[in-house]
Amino acid sequence: MTKKQKKTLNRIVIAAVLSALLAVVLHFAPLPRLVQLILWLVPYYIIGHDVLRKAFLGIKGGEVFDENFLMAVATVGAMACGEYGEGVAVMLFYQIGELFQSYAVGKSRSSISALMDIRPDSANLEDADGSIRTVDPDDVAIGSVIVVKPGEKIPLDGTVLSGESTLNTAALTGESRPRSVRPGDEVISGCVNSDGVLRITTSKLYGESTVAKILDLVENSSLKKAPVENFITKFARYYTPAVCAAALVLAFVPPIFAGHWADWIMRALTFLVISCPCALVISIPLTFFGGIGGASRLGILVKGGNYLEALSKTGTAVFDKTGTLTQGVFKVTAVHPADGVTEADLLETAALAESFSSHPISKSLREAAPGLDARRAADAQELAGHGVKTLVDGKTVLAGNARLMDAEGIAYTAAAGAGTLVYVAREGQFIGSILISDEEKPTAKAAMQGLQAQGVRTVMLTGDSPAVAQAVAADLGMDEVHAGLLPADKVQWVETLLQQKPEKKELVFVGDGINDAPVLMRADIGIAMGALGSDAAIEAADVVLMDDDPAKISLAMRFSRRCMRIVYQNIVFALAVKALCLVLTALGITNMWWGVFADVGVMVLAVLNATRMLNVKMYR
Amino acid sequence: MQKKFKIEVDCANCAAKIETAVKALPGVKNASVSFMAQKMLLEADDDAFDEVLKAAVQTAKKVEPDFEIEL
Repeated sequence: MTKKQKKTLNRIVIAAVLSALLAVVLHFAPLPRLVQLILWLVPYYIIGHDVLRKAFLGIKGGEVFDENFLMAVATVGAMACGEYGEGVAVMLFYQIGELFQSYAVGKSRSSISALMDIRPDSANLEDADGSIRTVDPDDVAIGSVIVVKPGEKIPLDGTVLSGESTLNTAALTGESRPRSVRPGDEVISGCVNSDGVLRITTSKLYGESTVAKILDLVENSSLKKAPVENFITKFARYYTPAVCAAALVLAFVPPIFAGHWADWIMRALTFLVISCPCALVISIPLTFFGGIGGASRLGILVKGGNYLEALSKTGTAVFDKTGTLTQGVFKVTAVHPADGVTEADLLETAALAESFSSHPISKSLREAAPGLDARRAADAQELAGHGVKTLVDGKTVLAGNARLMDAEGIAYTAAAGAGTLVYVAREGQFIGSILISDEEKPTAKAAMQGLQAQGVRTVMLTGDSPAVAQAVAADLGMDEVHAGLLPADKVQWVETLLQQKPEKKELVFVGDGINDAPVLMRADIGIAMGALGSDAAIEAADVVLMDDDPAKISLAMRFSRRCMRIVYQNIVFALAVKALCLVLTALGITNMWWGVFADVGVMVLAVLNATRMLNVKMYR
Repeated sequence: MQKKFKIEVDCANCAAKIETAVKALPGVKNASVSFMAQKMLLEADDDAFDEVLKAAVQTAKKVEPDFEIEL
């Protein structure tokens, strides 16, 4: 508890004890009314003096309908009607509610900063003479050398100068997938160094480092408010004056006809207590705050409550292919040797033939047949647009596309498959073909199924060839695919899809953030994936996935829907209880005690409901 | 220009009221007050920013006497 909260707690305890004593004493020794009033004013002043002061300042500043004013009028009114105990009790419960709320909010704040426990406290700066000083990360210049010991967080982005270690990225990505680093590798601040000592040359200032960017993003996200949040603020602006007006009518109109002035005025004062919109005004921002905090713990950074609300209404999910649904790395996926040739022989021959080429295709062939002696190959010629011609073990080997086989007049068996086919011939004889393609991410299929189960239309937009795109889309079970697109075509397609989407549904675009900035901006929600360390992506996107797992998209949607469910539960619950209490109070069935419940009780319950958002265990 | 400030507000409703009041000030392009994050965002033209900020702080203090801001 903070100092302020402790002070309030003390006041509550003292006022409560005094009130209880007073109630007992007055029960046995009825004193004159005036003496009673003076005695009750003591606990009333202890518990309510700040509310009265703020109400007074509020009236002076022209702010009439704030909760201080409402509480002041309601309790002073109750005292004036001779209901001394009620007046003190209402103030007492109001303060208990306020204390609870401030405690709960403080608790959420600290648990979110604990969730985002990636802020480095210090950096070990190595001076030119090799001595090490502990400094504030803010004071480290670009190009300085810092030392990170095992168990410490990397405080700034940089490049490993010396040392080898494993990094734990759990705090950033929500998943502990260890990453090993060696000299020359780039490292990102916020990761935890697990084993070895690393010396790192810093490449960015602290304020520009990944960790500072992420913290800034999460901390400022609550400044972008969801439409429902703004709606509640607006609603509160009309609700409170409306109920106050109703209270005024209730206090003075019915008694003209029916009499019982004190009774009607008490009912009106109860109205004032109920009219406080606190339950809504606090619980809804709290839900979004908890939601954004919880999501970031899952490796999903949401830039604002508005995007969290929009995510829950996703109707169309558009994906880039390479790097988003696929690994973006080429690999040998099928080997078709001709009759009488072994798979190993075919692969080895092709890899040797391509051993001088730096083309990604050649690289993947060499990776499929490692440990070969490159000296077996000689006299390599690149045949532009066709392939290569190389002497392997003294024999002429041709490796390339179908056009190469045609050009050389070699009879070959055409193979099919999504990807790039490499045909291989030795001494004019066709020995087989090899399929090289980009692998789908292991979770991509499940991710699409997850989205479709939630009623989302899945679309692929890619610059890749139609054959490859069709095959991947079919395998993943996507609803639609448009291939062979230039970046500008992608924007066009997103425009078209935006027009096609059902009303009140949102369109999500998911890309790796490198060439997708215009599309990320154009979509209702732009999601950048695997964006760790990519400033451009963090900048352009509305939601940033810290790792590159497409399954996080449907997780983010489920999470946002849970957030909206809690928001609507609170709205409906608070309004229903308040409306019911207003009606019953007007009829004289419920009294001021119910009014206190409708105000403070509902607020406490709504806040408790909102704090559920911080619990993300079930999503791990 | 857009700037974010660390602030202190005691209640969610006060934060909402400060936001409404500051948004209504002349020269303010956008304003947002987050009770949860205890932050205020203010957007105004560069050359008038300091004056607008001054007016915003004044207004905020009027709406909520306990309002504090770290400039």
